Amino acid sequence: MLRLLVFLLACLPLATAVAAPPDSADFETTLAGLTQSSFKKKTAAVSALTELKDERVFAVLNAMLESRLYYRKSDKRVVYAEKTSAGYRITDTLSGQDLGSAEKRELKKVSTNNKLRKYLRGRIATLSLANEDPEIRLHAVNQITTSMTPESVVALRKLRFTETNPEIRKALDEAIALVDVTSDDKKTRLKAIETLAESLRPESRAAISSLLEKDGSGEWRVADADIRREAQRALTQIDERVEFYGFIETTFFGLSLGSVLLLIAVGLAITFGVMGVINMAHGELMMLGAYTTYVIQQLMPNHIDISVLVAIPAAFIVAGLVGIAIERGVIRFLYGRPLETLLATFGISLVLQQLVRSIFSPLNRAVETPSWMSGSLEINSALSLTYNRLYIIVFALLVFTALLLVLKKTSLGLQVRAVSQNRTMARAMGIRTEWVDALTFGLGSGIAGVAGVALSQLTNVGPNLGQAYIVDSFMVVVFGGVGNLWGTLVGAFSLGVGNKYLEPYAGAVLAKILVLIFIILFIQKRPRGLFPQKGRAAES
Amino acid sequence: MRNGPVIFRILEDDKGGQALMLALLIVAVVIPLFNLAVPQSSALHVSTYTVTLLGKYLAFALLAVALDLVWGYCGILSLGHGAFFALGGYAMGMYLMRQIGERGVYGDPVLPDFMVFLNWTELPWYWYGFDMFWFAAIMVMLVPGLLAFVFGWLAFRSRVTGVYLSIITQALTYALMLAFFRNEMGFGGNNGLTDFKDILGFDLQSDATRIGLFLASTMALAGGYLLSRYVVNSKLGRVVVAIRDAEDRVRFIGYKVESYKLWVFVLSAVLAGIAGALYVPQVGIINPSEFSPLNSIELVVWVAVGGRGYLFGAVIGAVLVNYAKTYFTGAFPEVWLYALGALFIVVTVFLPRGLVGLYNQLRPRFRARVGSEQA
Repeated sequence: MLRLLVFLLACLPLATAVAAPPDSADFETTLAGLTQSSFKKKTAAVSALTELKDERVFAVLNAMLESRLYYRKSDKRVVYAEKTSAGYRITDTLSGQDLGSAEKRELKKVSTNNKLRKYLRGRIATLSLANEDPEIRLHAVNQITTSMTPESVVALRKLRFTETNPEIRKALDEAIALVDVTSDDKKTRLKAIETLAESLRPESRAAISSLLEKDGSGEWRVADADIRREAQRALTQIDERVEFYGFIETTFFGLSLGSVLLLIAVGLAITFGVMGVINMAHGELMMLGAYTTYVIQQLMPNHIDISVLVAIPAAFIVAGLVGIAIERGVIRFLYGRPLETLLATFGISLVLQQLVRSIFSPLNRAVETPSWMSGSLEINSALSLTYNRLYIIVFALLVFTALLLVLKKTSLGLQVRAVSQNRTMARAMGIRTEWVDALTFGLGSGIAGVAGVALSQLTNVGPNLGQAYIVDSFMVVVFGGVGNLWGTLVGAFSLGVGNKYLEPYAGAVLAKILVLIFIILFIQKRPRGLFPQKGRAAES
Repeated sequence: MRNGPVIFRILEDDKGGQALMLALLIVAVVIPLFNLAVPQSSALHVSTYTVTLLGKYLAFALLAVALDLVWGYCGILSLGHGAFFALGGYAMGMYLMRQIGERGVYGDPVLPDFMVFLNWTELPWYWYGFDMFWFAAIMVMLVPGLLAFVFGWLAFRSRVTGVYLSIITQALTYALMLAFFRNEMGFGGNNGLTDFKDILGFDLQSDATRIGLFLASTMALAGGYLLSRYVVNSKLGRVVVAIRDAEDRVRFIGYKVESYKLWVFVLSAVLAGIAGALYVPQVGIINPSEFSPLNSIELVVWVAVGGRGYLFGAVIGAVLVNYAKTYFTGAFPEVWLYALGALFIVVTVFLPRGLVGLYNQLRPRFRARVGSEQA
């Protein structure tokens, strides 16, 4: 009964679209309907409001949806209320006039329930269809498509005639096809199926697959075999495309994991590969980088957007200095004894973890994501890539390139390579090997710190941050081949992507186990990794 | 005191081993006496809690001896020995789980509680036979041994050595930990196996059973030590030490290095499994965190503290570090990780041969000083 009423009411303005100019008195009286407590009556009032063609309606409905709409108990005047420290600041809905502040007990909220909110969203969307901003229009079309009513379809069809924006036209076509697919006319239906086959919306797939269902007695819901055949074809087409985009998405997640692994492992590749030092505290240096990000955000709470950019050099310096301290304090006594180095650095990792626990508490700390890194790049309704992961992939590649340049093009890099190939000879040529060792270790540690900044945007920042990735990153270095940066690159991305490809079939944990087993077996076959170091340095 | 000439021969030049056997014998007599015969009010009474704690240390000591066998004598630094320990523990845990029978929360005569909870209808095939002690006892040794055999065969044959081996052993235990955390594996997932009632018909909570387990641990440690010492003293042991010092030369002389390493590795894994099996009934639980890489590395530090390559050094290290751990985690939980971390650093930098090495280093100097004073 109510639905019929709403429908009739909604049809009215279409019929008499040019009839009444905005009438203030009408607006006011209809608005008063919102102060009633019955949701049914409120719904009717909303419906009546939307017929008024009054500009103020849009703002009122939005405020109502966002629970910002109140009315004064004394005179039942409907107002916008904004919470302040002292109470509420209220604004008149009719004139937009500032009515000063009010206390909580003077006001009553125009309450909504789920059903009413859903209805409100639909009405707001219909109103937005007339908006000049194409983005708002597109959003409105998408909104309407998820919950269509007969009157909104009429509105959509109307817009389809005048709309010029191709993106919105496509969205409109899809929305209309969703209705037409249930039409009685076979031609309209076939055309609608054709349109829907190109669409990636979940609703389109549901609509088409409903054509292929059988009812309780085993009869086809849709008697026409032509339509069923077309629907079947469309369904296959949709599924293939969804699968394709799913594949791209998995690849993206794999690349994202790979870039994280690359960031972590590239620092290890320096210390482990170039210097032959197993640094078990590498994960904890990363953790220090992540905590540096946190501290910097605490220091500049009003500039979150640039805090991450500040954190990158800061984390590099913090982790690098700690790294140099570790090298000077412990590791230099242990050169040539890799197993002992492993144990000593493990001890350092325990100390660093406990240090962070004592200073920052064992709980996870919240690191905020800057606005330019949040949100996602929506390619279509089946595929969207989050910005933070995209940026981290780019960032990992940048760090990798920078490191490659440092090693290949600078004099420090030349010395590092010389020392790693033949320490005695390098010293004989006048290279201060101790100094090079310290700087190399500092460089590797600094990169770990930078990796920590990236990780702080993806996972929780806590004392255990380092441990979660350390086994994986060692696997990357071992898999790629020690002492070869390119090997690390290939290793990181192939392990990351491989892991993500396995996940849908095996589940996250089993995928990880399978990858570990794969590496254990791979090491049997090629004990020196994918790209083994050649020459004398490889024999040890 | 010693029950045969064989033991005499094994311990002939092993002063530390002789002292250890003596100490174990004393402990095995005194502790049960002071626990059972002395009334609780007396100051000399040893509480059952202490007995269990000591039993746990002895199980750890056996594990440390197992690691010293491969690390100290064969130069294989395994960062995954905790895996063998935990596998042995799980095998024992499965036996204890089957012993619960109808006394579980759900009262199912065959299925352990967690399986009922997960709506399993029948026992997985790999749980068959664990209701019999002899079968579980075989599995305690067979499963870790088999894993070590397969893993070692693959690793040693392709000449994975040094840090690579360490890292992949760590990956092994990490992978097993992830696997055992899964409920689908059928080993109780996160919670592991617990709520044990009795072993071989004896109530696990009673003092007498605790003493029995303690004595079993003492004997296992003594037996494991003697076996390890015997192996180390044998011709095979000498080849193994030679492999540690110069693997390539031994290979060039004509020994099959892989077989020797594999043999020692498997023996060590079996000993670790036995240690795990003794550990579980005493602490009353086994869960996947026993597989965590941290545990295996901690084990390495026990051996490092005591001194590797002496066998009894491992025992000293295991008992000392674990005592310190019990003390610190009770009194200053914050400090324990600092202490452990510092221990790693100090031992590796300043005491490469551990406490026993330090003693050996200091003794001649001390004697020389005493000698010069006398002269």
